[in-house]
Amino acid sequence: MTRPDPVFSEPWHAQVFALTVHLNETGHFAWPDWAAAFSKTLAANGLSKELDGGDDYFTAWLQTLEGFLDQAGMTDGAEVAQIKKAWETAYLTTPHGAPVKLPG
Amino acid sequence: MPHDHHDHDHPHALLPPDPALRVKALETVLTRKGLIDPQALDAIIDTYENRIGPRNGADVVVRAWTDSAFKQALLQDATAVVSKLGYYGRQGEHMVVVENTDQTHNMIVCTLCSCYPWPLLGIPPAWYKSDAYRARAVREPRKVLSDFGVSLPEDTAIRVWDSTAEIRYLVLPQRPPGTEDMSRTDLMSLVTRDSMIGTGLARSPDKAGP
Repeated sequence: MTRPDPVFSEPWHAQVFALTVHLNETGHFAWPDWAAAFSKTLAANGLSKELDGGDDYFTAWLQTLEGFLDQAGMTDGAEVAQIKKAWETAYLTTPHGAPVKLPG
Repeated sequence: MPHDHHDHDHPHALLPPDPALRVKALETVLTRKGLIDPQALDAIIDTYENRIGPRNGADVVVRAWTDSAFKQALLQDATAVVSKLGYYGRQGEHMVVVENTDQTHNMIVCTLCSCYPWPLLGIPPAWYKSDAYRARAVREPRKVLSDFGVSLPEDTAIRVWDSTAEIRYLVLPQRPPGTEDMSRTDLMSLVTRDSMIGTGLARSPDKAGP
């Protein structure tokens, strides 16, 4: 067999995929509900440009998951934005090569 | 401005792209709430990167090629048969295997998103998830096949199966002629991922790669 393509081309593709599968497996939502929401995002995103199935595919996946968790009350948009900002700061203030951690 | 990955003078850690930070934020929030276990995420990634892939599907195909009772059972109730081999759907989906013959060639697609037989083929390739394939597979399957280098006799019908969250399909490709004496391992090397999606055929033994 020839060498297969890498399964995930970016680490975050793998992370968002695993996060979704884990939440499904731990009973937070049913897979058909997820697929229905994801299909809607893909259809909406595909209106403005043709999706190539790479980065844009996982961007749609992430968009769907954010909306899904928010609607289910599992996350709060403002809180997520605040934590994201904290991660950004952590990356920008951690010396190169040292592990990046959130304070506290 | 794109970051230069080879710039060793970076005073700080390289800032991941925006979506990566959004994923990290979700993970952090959910972990703090006790809703997810970060170690479970690593295990899932490991499974899909290293343990699940088209070799599982090839195993099923070669069993079907070499054992007619297995093949009959597989075509009748693929979910039960592949589950017994340990290839069960983590999302609780139903598996259906469709057999290629001289009269009919089968192809699978998911027109709505990217439903795919994960336990047997792993994560789908980017082209399977692209708008182009999802739209064209149904509209002009013969042209799509020719883009993949597959040309079928005019009188071979092409049947396209649209996967859903509940039903995932796997194509059982035709066994190439001249393979009667081949070992299981050698036969498996003929079964490509694309032949199980239906955008390819099983390799001929003289063209089989290492």
